[in-house]
Amino acid sequence: MFEFCADPKSIDGLAWLSCYLTTPKHASMYYSILTVLGLLFLAVPPIMMLGFAGALARRSHIAPVRWFGLGYTSIVRGVPDIVFFLFFPIALDQAVEYMRHKIKCPDVMGSVYQGNDFVVCQAAKMPLGTSPQWIHEAWGFTLAIITFAIVFGAFTANTLHGALAAVPRAQLETARAFGMSDRQTFWRVHLPQMWVYALPGLSNLWMILIKATPLLFLLGIKDIVYWAKELGGMKTQAYAYPHPDWRVWYFGALLVFYLLLTWLSQRVFDRVFARASRGMAVAR
Amino acid sequence: MKKLLIAAALSALTTGSVWAETIRMGTEGAYPPYNFINDAGEVDGFERQLGDEICKRAELDCVWVTNDWDSIIPNLISGNYDTIIAGMSVTPEREQVVDFSSEYYPASPSSYVAAAGMDVDLSSGIIAAQTNTIQAGHVAASGATLVEFATPDETVAAVKNGEADAVLADKDYLAPIVAESGGALEFVGEDVAIGGGIGIGLRKSDTELKAKLDAVIDEMKADGTLNEMLSKWFEGEAPQW
Repeated sequence: MFEFCADPKSIDGLAWLSCYLTTPKHASMYYSILTVLGLLFLAVPPIMMLGFAGALARRSHIAPVRWFGLGYTSIVRGVPDIVFFLFFPIALDQAVEYMRHKIKCPDVMGSVYQGNDFVVCQAAKMPLGTSPQWIHEAWGFTLAIITFAIVFGAFTANTLHGALAAVPRAQLETARAFGMSDRQTFWRVHLPQMWVYALPGLSNLWMILIKATPLLFLLGIKDIVYWAKELGGMKTQAYAYPHPDWRVWYFGALLVFYLLLTWLSQRVFDRVFARASRGMAVAR
Repeated sequence: MKKLLIAAALSALTTGSVWAETIRMGTEGAYPPYNFINDAGEVDGFERQLGDEICKRAELDCVWVTNDWDSIIPNLISGNYDTIIAGMSVTPEREQVVDFSSEYYPASPSSYVAAAGMDVDLSSGIIAAQTNTIQAGHVAASGATLVEFATPDETVAAVKNGEADAVLADKDYLAPIVAESGGALEFVGEDVAIGGGIGIGLRKSDTELKAKLDAVIDEMKADGTLNEMLSKWFEGEAPQW
């Protein structure tokens, strides 16, 4: 980055450090902060949608829908995250490739399972072997978001289900007494009052989601924790910037980063909570 | 405008890059000097140079991807990349799952490294090794207590901070670390010969690619370029063909 960085082994002190911290490899680490934040914010809408769908399914008057909702939340909440993350993205990836294989190369004979190998024709690869690296990364990222949505959607569904059940019955009866239909009661009274009961649970889930982002590495996405480990490890003379084991400094920086993120989130949640509980009889 | 488009389409067709076969090279990126991520953020090392040369000679269009060691075989099999070129020794267990190309690195010894001046009992002490390596298998069978780590770097760190008495790894990987430790680390015990040489891991169904790689590797052994690369990256200490 700087001109004096051309020969890193001949400089020392602050100059060395400023060169070291601006290597393209460090830039990848700074960039991975965006990956983490991007995942967090892109995952929230599908998580909330699945959460609502799950909660409403569990309240449905139709028995099979109710069973489906209960099955979804119970099964996903019961399976360890790491198992889900190892299994689901690979299964989803193979399912997509299997379907593309059936559509794009119907004339290829033989099973896609050859012994241990999962082999689809070149045209069915997702993404194509010839596509640039960023498409592979975007595809992995999409799989990650879908997986996060399914896992955290189940927890959200449970939280929202509980919050919907916590709204005092008298409020809903009063709404009906005013002549509101079921739909009006839900949108105008039930839903707005639910938030106060849901927010503490949702803020918990958000915090857990922040801490779960390093699971991304299981999907081959290089997040900030991966880079901290990779950059902090001891470097021999094979590297331009040899140094001893510096992981403690990098993990210290990670600590600050995650604490900052949770602190900021908590401030936002406090404000949202204050807003949602306006006019509500909530003990504070 | 239309003419321009046609010209563009034609030139895209004739450059030929559309037709070159793209091979995704999977490596670990944490095992210097075999493979590591350099300060430019790119895969570097002996295997990078070797892989690029192989791709040039076999007229393949190669893309480098990194994957952590523990899931490097499953991800090859599910097709995330097409080769494993990551210092992976040929063993009978691995050969049941994947195929290997001709070996590009001869069978070489593994060594124990411990903190200098420590009296380590290698047959009953606590020995660190990387998960799913031939060294981990050797330690488990030797009767010593095995502690496993996901990356090679962590196995050395475990010896430095006293968590393990010694580390067992490829000697070529440990040699620069011991040399640069300023006397803090030293080789202990005798070298052990485990595993065969190192080859490129391939899906069993990719027989055509295997034939291509085998031909190029054998050619490079014959004309001496492989030996040159070995001396360059392993400072003359690597076995030669």
